[in-house]
Amino acid sequence: MSVYDTAAITDVSIPVRTRAQRFRRRYGLATIGAVIVVAWLVIAIFAPWLTSYSPDMVDVANRLQPPSWAHWFGTDALGRDVYTRVLFGARVSLATGFVVVLAAGALGTLLGAVAAYARGWVEEAIMRCTDLVLCFPPIILALAIAAALGIGTTNTIIAMLVVWWPKFARLAHSMVIVQRSQEYVEAAMVIGFNPARVLLRHILPNSVGPLIVLVTLDLGNAIITFAGLSFLGLGVLPPTPEWGSMIAEGRELVAQWWVATFPGAAILTVVIGFNFLGDGIRDWLDPKARKR
Amino acid sequence: MTPSAITNREAESMQPSSGAPPTLDVRDLRTSFFTDEGIVKAVDGVSFTVREGEALGIVGESGSGKSVTALSLMRLLDEPARIVGGEVLFQGRDILRSTTSQLRAIRGASIAMVFQDPMTSLNPVLKIAKQMIETMVTHGDYTGQSAEKRAVDLLGSMGVPTPERAVDSYPHQFSGGMRQRVMLAMGMSNEPALLIADEPTTALDVTIQAQILELLRELNQKFGTSIVLISHDLGVIARVCSRTLVMYGGEIVEEGVTERLLSDPRHPYTWALINAVPRIDEDRPADRRLASIEGQPPDPLNLPSGCRFAPRCPFRIAKCDEHPELLEIKPGRKTRCWVTQAGTVLPARAAVKPASGSAPKTESSSRAAEEPLLALRNVVKHFPLARRGFMDRPRVVHAIDDVSFDVFRGETVGLVGESGCGKSTLARLIVRIHRPDSGEIRVGGQDIAQASYEAIRPLRRQMQMVFQDPYASLNPRMKVAQILGEPLQFHGVTKGAGETRSRIEELLRTVGLNPRSAERFPHEFSGGQRQRISIARAIALNPEFIVADEPISALDVNIQAQIINLMLELQERLGLTYLFIAHDLAVVRHISDRIVVLYLGKVMEVAPTDDLFRHPLHPYTRFLISAVPVPDAAVERDRPVLKLAGELPSAISPPSGCRFRTRCPMAQPICAAETPPLIAHAPGHLAACHFASAMAHVPGAALHMESQVDSRMAAP
Repeated sequence: MSVYDTAAITDVSIPVRTRAQRFRRRYGLATIGAVIVVAWLVIAIFAPWLTSYSPDMVDVANRLQPPSWAHWFGTDALGRDVYTRVLFGARVSLATGFVVVLAAGALGTLLGAVAAYARGWVEEAIMRCTDLVLCFPPIILALAIAAALGIGTTNTIIAMLVVWWPKFARLAHSMVIVQRSQEYVEAAMVIGFNPARVLLRHILPNSVGPLIVLVTLDLGNAIITFAGLSFLGLGVLPPTPEWGSMIAEGRELVAQWWVATFPGAAILTVVIGFNFLGDGIRDWLDPKARKR
Repeated sequence: MTPSAITNREAESMQPSSGAPPTLDVRDLRTSFFTDEGIVKAVDGVSFTVREGEALGIVGESGSGKSVTALSLMRLLDEPARIVGGEVLFQGRDILRSTTSQLRAIRGASIAMVFQDPMTSLNPVLKIAKQMIETMVTHGDYTGQSAEKRAVDLLGSMGVPTPERAVDSYPHQFSGGMRQRVMLAMGMSNEPALLIADEPTTALDVTIQAQILELLRELNQKFGTSIVLISHDLGVIARVCSRTLVMYGGEIVEEGVTERLLSDPRHPYTWALINAVPRIDEDRPADRRLASIEGQPPDPLNLPSGCRFAPRCPFRIAKCDEHPELLEIKPGRKTRCWVTQAGTVLPARAAVKPASGSAPKTESSSRAAEEPLLALRNVVKHFPLARRGFMDRPRVVHAIDDVSFDVFRGETVGLVGESGCGKSTLARLIVRIHRPDSGEIRVGGQDIAQASYEAIRPLRRQMQMVFQDPYASLNPRMKVAQILGEPLQFHGVTKGAGETRSRIEELLRTVGLNPRSAERFPHEFSGGQRQRISIARAIALNPEFIVADEPISALDVNIQAQIINLMLELQERLGLTYLFIAHDLAVVRHISDRIVVLYLGKVMEVAPTDDLFRHPLHPYTRFLISAVPVPDAAVERDRPVLKLAGELPSAISPPSGCRFRTRCPMAQPICAAETPPLIAHAPGHLAACHFASAMAHVPGAALHMESQVDSRMAAP
């Protein structure tokens, strides 16, 4: 009775946190992520107005200049302005990222949902396909497919779609299995709705939460993968400005650090931005994390 | 228990100050939840004592603060909950002011706790032995070897069969009832002075509940362990506890000796709790409506400043705007009510039945000629299981095997049985969520057993379903208007948005909800309100027949009474026919015209309700009836309960012949060899038992059958 050091009774006057404090605590990083992502979207859209150079303008006389007032991020081996190319590179990276993730997300979700709802041999066929694709290291498989199809943005996107849909299919499959046995689904069946309507109107809207989180978190992932493929020479055709291929060009220029560093920093910020945002969305959708 | 023992106990409880200090002395305990929306005073100034060897019951509806009280006693609360004041003196030591190491020495050693959910309170990756030994060794009273031996002994004394093998099993290898026994064995392993049991039987079947309650009584009486038993079920409390607290809105509103409290409640809330449940030991009243109090439990963020029960209280007076204190009105009897403190006696049970009664239903004996609304003939449903290995033989769950019965227009048929007996599967076969393997399901003469989705669709308008879990049965992403409007438009019941709109409002009014509820989402409603929405959806298409799958088992007793009354009223107004599935026999008896008893996928007995309860022909039915606790301590203490041995056998390999034979005290060799046919032993009274005709000649009610069974067993 003499020891009061860890008494359970706490001061009643502990203030309940203010709204702003709670928001910062819970969504502080997500807000930073959102700001970064929005900033990059703005940059991608308004790139031509943010620079006085053209991304493809070759100026051999001024090649490999260090950062200066004229060229903020310096120039590359062909004398092109690195700052301008980073800005324009955002267009390619963000566009491919969104296309790959949204298309793979839609396709994978549909296939996974159908598999979970139909069961039987349909489920087996679709889910074994996902297993098959997931057997391979994704970047190697994408590399092989892209190489087989030929160099180019479209072919690389197709290659990435092939390796990207299975994770969405798996997630959608497990989400739909959870929802399928809920009583509201049975209620919809008792009313007599046909299976397609039950799946699309009742089950899927209740399964999208984790899928949205995966889409957001995966955008950064897709951008890295696409940059990686470009780095290996498969993504875009030169002279299109793209971060991965820019890093490849600066790979051996050790003294001219700016050629590879700035596109690398661009990839870093975009990926961090999407990850913070994705985490925030996950917290927002997860009722357990919302308590306080 | 002899009558003199009861009076002794009463005498004790009337003089709380006499003798040794109490085991547990709680003074002005206050626990609050600091939520984003504000401070919720979950426990608001609770004081009580538990004497050595006493069994104290705490009763109340969900949200009343009873579980938070239990957790506060052990300091097991998580953020955002905090204990903000009071003392919890356990054997003289204040638990709230102990250090965590002192607390650890008390937890599990001197105070043990058993929780509601036996599925999650054992560690799934550790063997039973390991978990039990750990508890004993940690507190230093046993070494590894002696602890292992004691674990086996304890499991045996808690009624776990083959305890030597059980200790080497994992929790998932046990049923819910067995796990609760393991929890009790673990709790008792260090011979605690106090056992706190928080709704220990709520997740269990009645037959298993009866076994566990018996065990608790034994622990209390044989070992002198003090017990705090928390439950929403007055029958459970009556069976075990000598003294009872009633909680409402975070406060104790009444306290007294259990017998007196139940026979003569002195708080209107207690009165309402007692009258909201139908009793299995009384004759069924002609009017089947239950006395229910209106309204919902108070909003914990916004408690009334006066008496917290006043907004729902049928006896409220002007003074109730002031907050009453918990005062002693007689020795050992406290109440928090201005009305009863002034000496008013609350009316007896019979006097409060709603005056507007429905005419008693005509028990139709001439039903044979009538065409049944629903006819099941030899319905079979087996679910295939995944093979465990490539060489494994295919296994199936025999969910429903050869089930036949009829439901006639306008009647309520109750379907009862333990969980796992196939009740819910049968419901889903009838509404064709599942397709039966064979047999006929005739609705209005048309066989829908194998009909296609499209072929059944028109019939769906005649036949709807109400589900068990009000939190899962409404699509959380749809507004109420959409939930109710969808079926209307889909089946073309209403044309145009305006007509749909007005029909939705009409439906909401019919089930007693505000028409403005249409614009809200399901999560904005309480459990009882959601169940009303679910019922509104079921009646939206003007069906003749509704399958209700445990529609009230997830609700508090007062809300249960409201929903039953609503269903009865709808039946009267709309001429509905119900198939009412439940495990609560008292409720089923109260509202059903006929009852079907299901065991392991087979029909055991079918009979008109009164016949079934007066002359049950199947031994299983007798066990079921006997297992139901009665909320009357005087009856409950002395009532011999028929102990049904063991658990439901696996439906993967059901017993040959009669499926009940493995647990039946009357079983003979013939029961294993031949499946007893379901045949009529009296008009409308069918039973599937080789000895049913012999049982029919045994007079007397089910509650006094033990000697009859014994004599039957001795006879051959």
